[in-house]
Amino acid sequence: MLPFILIFLLIGSIVPVLLKDKSNFMGRGLVILPALASFVCLCIAGGEVLSSGQSLIWTREWVPSFGLTIGLHLNGLALLMGLLITGIGTLIVTYALGYMGGKSGTMRLCSLLYLFMFAMTGIVLSNHLIILFIFWELTSVSSYLLIGFDHEKASARRSALQALVVTGLGGLALLAGLILLNQMTGTWMLSDLLTGDYQVAGHPLYTGCLILVLLGAFTKSAQFPFHFWLPNAMAAPTPVSAYLHSATMVKAGVFLLLVMQPVLGGTSEWSHSLMIAGGVTISIALVYGLRQADLKKILAATTLAVLGILTFLIGIDTKYSILAALVFLLGHALYKATLFMTAGAVDHSTGTRDIRLLGQLKKTMPLTTPAALLAAFSMMGLPLFFGFLGKEYVYKSVVGGSWLTIAVLLIGNATMMVLAARAGVIPYFRKSIGDLPKKPHEMGLLMTAGPLLLATLGLVIGCFPGLVGPLISFAYTGIVAGAEPYTLSLWHGVNLPLILSLVTFALGFTLMKVLRPAAAGKKVNESTFADTVYEHVFKFVLMVARWSTQSLQTGRLRSYVIIILVSSCGLILWKLVRFGGWPTFEGIGQLNPFITILLVAMTIATLFAVLSKSRLTAVVSLGVVGYGVSMIYAKYSAPDLAITQVLVETLTVVLFAWVVRRLPRYRKLSTGFERFMDTGLALIMGGVMTVLMLKSQGLLFGPKISDKLTQMSYPEGHGANVVNVILVDFRALDTFGEVCVLAIAALGVWALVDKVTTKGK
Amino acid sequence: MDSVILRTATRFLYPLLILLSLVVLYRGHNLPGGGFIGGLIAASAVMLRALAVGWDEIKASRILKPIALMQYGLIIACVSSLIGLAVNNVLFQAVWLPTWYLPVIGKLKLGTPIVFDIGVYMVVLGFALLCAKSLDSNNN
Repeated sequence: MLPFILIFLLIGSIVPVLLKDKSNFMGRGLVILPALASFVCLCIAGGEVLSSGQSLIWTREWVPSFGLTIGLHLNGLALLMGLLITGIGTLIVTYALGYMGGKSGTMRLCSLLYLFMFAMTGIVLSNHLIILFIFWELTSVSSYLLIGFDHEKASARRSALQALVVTGLGGLALLAGLILLNQMTGTWMLSDLLTGDYQVAGHPLYTGCLILVLLGAFTKSAQFPFHFWLPNAMAAPTPVSAYLHSATMVKAGVFLLLVMQPVLGGTSEWSHSLMIAGGVTISIALVYGLRQADLKKILAATTLAVLGILTFLIGIDTKYSILAALVFLLGHALYKATLFMTAGAVDHSTGTRDIRLLGQLKKTMPLTTPAALLAAFSMMGLPLFFGFLGKEYVYKSVVGGSWLTIAVLLIGNATMMVLAARAGVIPYFRKSIGDLPKKPHEMGLLMTAGPLLLATLGLVIGCFPGLVGPLISFAYTGIVAGAEPYTLSLWHGVNLPLILSLVTFALGFTLMKVLRPAAAGKKVNESTFADTVYEHVFKFVLMVARWSTQSLQTGRLRSYVIIILVSSCGLILWKLVRFGGWPTFEGIGQLNPFITILLVAMTIATLFAVLSKSRLTAVVSLGVVGYGVSMIYAKYSAPDLAITQVLVETLTVVLFAWVVRRLPRYRKLSTGFERFMDTGLALIMGGVMTVLMLKSQGLLFGPKISDKLTQMSYPEGHGANVVNVILVDFRALDTFGEVCVLAIAALGVWALVDKVTTKGK
Repeated sequence: MDSVILRTATRFLYPLLILLSLVVLYRGHNLPGGGFIGGLIAASAVMLRALAVGWDEIKASRILKPIALMQYGLIIACVSSLIGLAVNNVLFQAVWLPTWYLPVIGKLKLGTPIVFDIGVYMVVLGFALLCAKSLDSNNN
């Protein structure tokens, strides 16, 4: 059952590509169907899991030699997250079809949304940490494509790249962190990590592992100091923002923290870093949100704040705070996706998202208004809504803790109320102020069904928490060791959390009166300090890259050769001096007369080549050197090499004969000093190579590999010519690489010469 | 360059050289030779012909298309490696057919290394031809 959930989503990413952007009713149905199928599949599997109380595990071998398995598991948390992802995903795809309305790119958007849904579902379902990482990276990549969906816009491209850079860096850190975790615990399986008892807190690798895993989680969930990418990601089309940047992707970091908390949690490092990052994120996000006038930016700020609260709660690290985080997470996903979708509808209908212009939309948008209103009430935490329950549990988990934590959450929740009113109430009920770019009208069923459904759901499960109680309770017992099943209920009697809630309402309504959005028409500063820092760091990296490229890649052949020669000379000399000692010069006197004559001839030919004033002479002289080398090969019984060398020399001279007529007159292009330096470099290089040769002569290795290959050649390679057997059998992969290089080089020559030729014409 | 002697000689030398390159290719497994050397000999033969009668005739040839030669050479080499994967589950592992005895040639041993060598032969020939042809096209 489990793999089908993923397979359906993968099919879903292919189906839209096969359809036209302007599809009829059937086509749209086909696009929505896979997500629905996946959701239903998950529901069935979930029913099984909930009734048996055991998590489902599905495992297939992938690379057994690395211990890599494609492992999936469905526990309570995975079920909760998975239902949100596929359920909201179905509604978002429906909404996206309406939002794009058959414009070009509709199906591309749907396909990418499915790809993302696949990756995200993969994260929550994966059991093997490496598989989890692969899906994690896939969400980064698909979110890059989604944020940059309007790729004609520079701002969208920039935001997409920023999100990719930040989350990509976090992903790398996460990979290292997961490997360290494996080193400490000896297991890759999440199901083992969640149930087993691993004492990692005192381990020397613990701190490193913690930092790396937190880097991964914080970048993904946009926690301070990586919060800046999330508001910028609002450059994406609204369905994307609603899905990725509120309900799902940014929750991946929180999900990671939740599943890592049984292993890595329980220490003061864990609590402090989470609480500080979460607390700072809450404050930054809310201050930022109060300054914004764009509906989507306001919602992005509240998403940041909610992520901060969730991180903060996980950092408190008590059983109750984890439970509160789960309740809060569910509530947030429901109301925030709704608010984003209604914001998109408003944008579509009026042509603006500026809350300073919007008003009186209730008359023209009778379906969107109730959805937004219900979601805003849930976000404010009014009684009977699920948001209220979430807030109650948040307060419950901090009661008895330090006053600072209570204060942070109190002010945070009160400010969220202000932002909820601005995003979900003011645009619909306030007296209209400015002229809107477009005459408002209600959206079609595709764009209103989803928000209405989610908003109503928030109210229904708020009134009857028993409906989701078993799900939350199962998720809670699955990730908290020794937790008892818990029954959610609406009324807990008059206690401190209720009083705190009332205080929040009072504070929230006061703030609504006091704080007014900036005056209409005024420019709102939408960037944050951290964003500016990112910009500078980014520019600096590019500058260093440009500088290093320009100083190394001069485009002059001479400097490339100098760099290569000097560095290889230097490395060889360093090795010789540092480790090897100089070679002995024994046996130099005993030269074979044949070889001696060859060497003298080759030296004379070399001098000819260097001193000649004609290209042809130089080439022919070099040819003589080459033939000399091949004779030496032949003498020392390497006939294959000798033949190859002769053929290559011949072909080179022939090729050159074709080119030589085309070349300009022979001229001196370098100064005397340059030539002097080149001579010196050439002599040094020659000397170093000679020393290296002598050194390798004097070295004693173990049994020679060539002996073994020679022995194996006939019995195992079926060939008496060991050189050829090595080339085509023993080391065939190397040869294959070489012929590939040959082909690429030939294409390079062709392209280069062809370009020069056409330019000449 | 227009020389009657060269043209006439080439008419006989060219097929001989190509045949030689094929023989060298085949015998490479036991005696000096192989795809690399064979490819170079074939390239020399083609260049000899180009010198004698010009490139036009070679450009007209349906076999001597450099890029196609490299393409199919790489594909052949690749396929020969996959045979090992299919038969023994190890990439590039040699697979040999039973030895045949033919008149004239004698023992005939065929296996994936020889197929691989044919691929190498074609890539080397294609490489040399493409370089030569590009450099020569400067002349026109």
